[in-house]
Amino acid sequence: MLRFTLRRFLGAWPTLLILMTLAFFMMRAAPGGPFDTEKTLPPEIQANLDKKYHLDEPLLKQYGRYLLDLAQGDFGPSFQYKDYSVNELIAQGFPVSLRLGGTAILLAFFIGCLLGTIAAIRQNTATDYTVMAAAMTGISIPNFVLAPLLILLFAVHLGWLPAGGWNDGALLNTILPITALTLPYVAYISRLMRSSMIEVLRSNPIRTARAKGLPEHTVILRHAMKPALLPVISFLGPATAGIITGSVVIEQIFGIPGIGRFFVQGALNRDYTLVMGVVVFYGILIIAFNFIVDVVYALLDPKIRY
Amino acid sequence: MLKKCCVVLIVCLISFTQASFAKPGNLAEKQILRRGNGSEVQTLDPHKAEGVPASNILRDLYEGLTIESPDGKVIPGAAESWEISDDGKMYTFHIRKNARWSNGDPVTAEDFVYGLRRSVDPATGSQYSQILAPILNAEDIISGKKPVASMGVEAVDDHTLKITLKAATPYLLGLLNHSTTYPVHRGSVEQHGEQFSRPGKLVSNGAYKLKEWKVQSQIVVQRNPMYWDNDNTIIEQVIYLPIEESSAELKRYRAGELDITGGIPTNQYSWIMKNLPGELHVTPTLGTYYYGFNLTRPPFKDNLKLRQALSMAVDREILTEKITKAGEIPAYGWVPPGVNNYSSQSLDYAKMPKAERIKKAQQLYQQAGYSRGNPLTVEIRYNTSENHKKIAVGISAMWKKNLGIRTKLINEEWKVFLENRKQKKLTEAFRGGWIGDYNDAFTFSELMQSDHGINDSGYNSPEYDKLLEQAATESDLDKRRSILESAERLLLKDHAIMPLYFYVTKHLIKPYVKGYQPNILDHTYSKNLWISKH
Repeated sequence: MLRFTLRRFLGAWPTLLILMTLAFFMMRAAPGGPFDTEKTLPPEIQANLDKKYHLDEPLLKQYGRYLLDLAQGDFGPSFQYKDYSVNELIAQGFPVSLRLGGTAILLAFFIGCLLGTIAAIRQNTATDYTVMAAAMTGISIPNFVLAPLLILLFAVHLGWLPAGGWNDGALLNTILPITALTLPYVAYISRLMRSSMIEVLRSNPIRTARAKGLPEHTVILRHAMKPALLPVISFLGPATAGIITGSVVIEQIFGIPGIGRFFVQGALNRDYTLVMGVVVFYGILIIAFNFIVDVVYALLDPKIRY
Repeated sequence: MLKKCCVVLIVCLISFTQASFAKPGNLAEKQILRRGNGSEVQTLDPHKAEGVPASNILRDLYEGLTIESPDGKVIPGAAESWEISDDGKMYTFHIRKNARWSNGDPVTAEDFVYGLRRSVDPATGSQYSQILAPILNAEDIISGKKPVASMGVEAVDDHTLKITLKAATPYLLGLLNHSTTYPVHRGSVEQHGEQFSRPGKLVSNGAYKLKEWKVQSQIVVQRNPMYWDNDNTIIEQVIYLPIEESSAELKRYRAGELDITGGIPTNQYSWIMKNLPGELHVTPTLGTYYYGFNLTRPPFKDNLKLRQALSMAVDREILTEKITKAGEIPAYGWVPPGVNNYSSQSLDYAKMPKAERIKKAQQLYQQAGYSRGNPLTVEIRYNTSENHKKIAVGISAMWKKNLGIRTKLINEEWKVFLENRKQKKLTEAFRGGWIGDYNDAFTFSELMQSDHGINDSGYNSPEYDKLLEQAATESDLDKRRSILESAERLLLKDHAIMPLYFYVTKHLIKPYVKGYQPNILDHTYSKNLWISKH
């Protein structure tokens, strides 16, 4: 197990390096630069800005400089938000995205697994059809439709909850965005759980368990649950990394200061360092979560040996 | 030798005192104002700032030599009075003796010298300092040809500031409330460097001081008790909320979380008119939406008749009534109406009846060598946005119906679009928009100079350039005005651009927010507002 962990850990670095290199050069290949606006800058000022941000150096040298800074944990200054460094921006935005996304994915996991299991046990009954119809609807309604509907109903018409804003993470402000984030994931996870549970319930070990005369809840909770969770777990890895790095749509609609918006704004403004910072950060999280998934897999599935 | 500009001053003072007297006693207990403010500000360093969101906040935090009354007139700010020399080239400002920084330090003439010099210093990297070009040597300093100290600003004593200009500039007083001219507190800039604009560090001289800045969340400014006119400030705290998406902003406004919005979603205009009557304020502003013709490439190069035909075949009234729909003004000229010392010029066919106009357009189109059997294929390029797309579709439909032209629509992401427009290698007809930086025709006229950075049509008329040079050095206001007007007539006659409509600003304002007055630059100082009981 230790060797496996170590191997996976070392194997992650080349992936990250490739990701960084690609992102760095693709970003630079996009037309326009961070200081291009409708107004044309006097050459002297352009030169000064370029010098300040090292944009006047050859691209390879800039790349080298970036890697060196990064090795010391420095993402550099933001080009767009001139009063802040990328480290500061990520440090401000990430806890917000983490809290929203983390809560949403946990909720989605529990509710989704519960619904999926119920649907699987009652396969082809009214319960099953209701749950699956609801899930289908959940998957088909995109966030940017669901969120405004929730706001219109609960904030504008009923006035129970705020229509937006973060307010330092007050509970009331988080309810609507978390709901909007959670529902599509609930839908997805419950479908995943249902099909995997149905498959497991038909397998030989479960038939044996039932033949032994175990009560149904023991069969399901003790014997079927673990193997049925495997596909959900492998979905959960990248999904968690994705959701806690912020959802652009949800952040935009609810006015939430997470890091998802930085990514889009950064790309549009050619804020090289900000985009790179978010990409690298996101990359590290994805790799980390895939790694965690692998380990959890090994714990859950006795067939996997290292 | 020096002529007192008493008249101006008296007029200003009268309008100012009137505004202060109008404030009633029926105030709400909580004087907290929540303003929707577009996108997140890029910086609160007044000399590096650009864009409307940052200017809105900086106007509350800082005070220039002049400020504006609620209806947009230039009135004394940190300077209580000034004199202008006879040739209009030298301004002497008297800084208020009771002007204070938010930490209690006195605001001195030296602070303004420091601020102005910092603004034009290439090391600062200001992206807006060119606006200071009328000040002696400023242009040469920006381009690194002269030392910063050679700028035409001088502190005669603690309370007297002299500004020397290159040539008489009638809009100078208006320019002096632009953020590039704001003073900054030298001690804190030197102590904190680039971080001087953070909460807890920022020292400001305006009616408010910075209390909190949470990126993408909110910026809060709090009444500055050191401000010289603090007694007349009513709003205690202003919360600026960065909300890019106007439909999200509208929902928060409806839910009572906002008092003033930065804009409205255009497609909800009719809904707003019906359901929130009296809360929508639409005001003409200094901005022109236009299409440029690339004059360096076919089909528009050396083809005046074609350009004229295309311009005549567009029904601007339909564009504003059916597409933009929020009270925009159809544009037949380049400089928007309402500019100081200027009368609007317009295209020669503006008064022609529509049927006749189209007939004439068809004639010109044929004279240019095209016909229904041999139609022109042309491209319209615009930056990706729903509104721009609708307008491009509308125009291509008009061109097709009236002239039989085939149009290709190309949309590009903003920075890609700017790059292509600048290079002039791909573009044919392209979308453009310009918002004036100050209330003077020159902020529009200068764009079409042959060497100007935003002249993306490639308009190159020696006659036009000469007229603008003359205007830049003319100190007689009337003469200058007639020079600029004839320059615009020339530009319109050459059809280098096709003006489409003049912009308006749109805000939703809760009925309990009082003191708001529409003005052409859309500048609303929070200190002029108050919240009545509701």
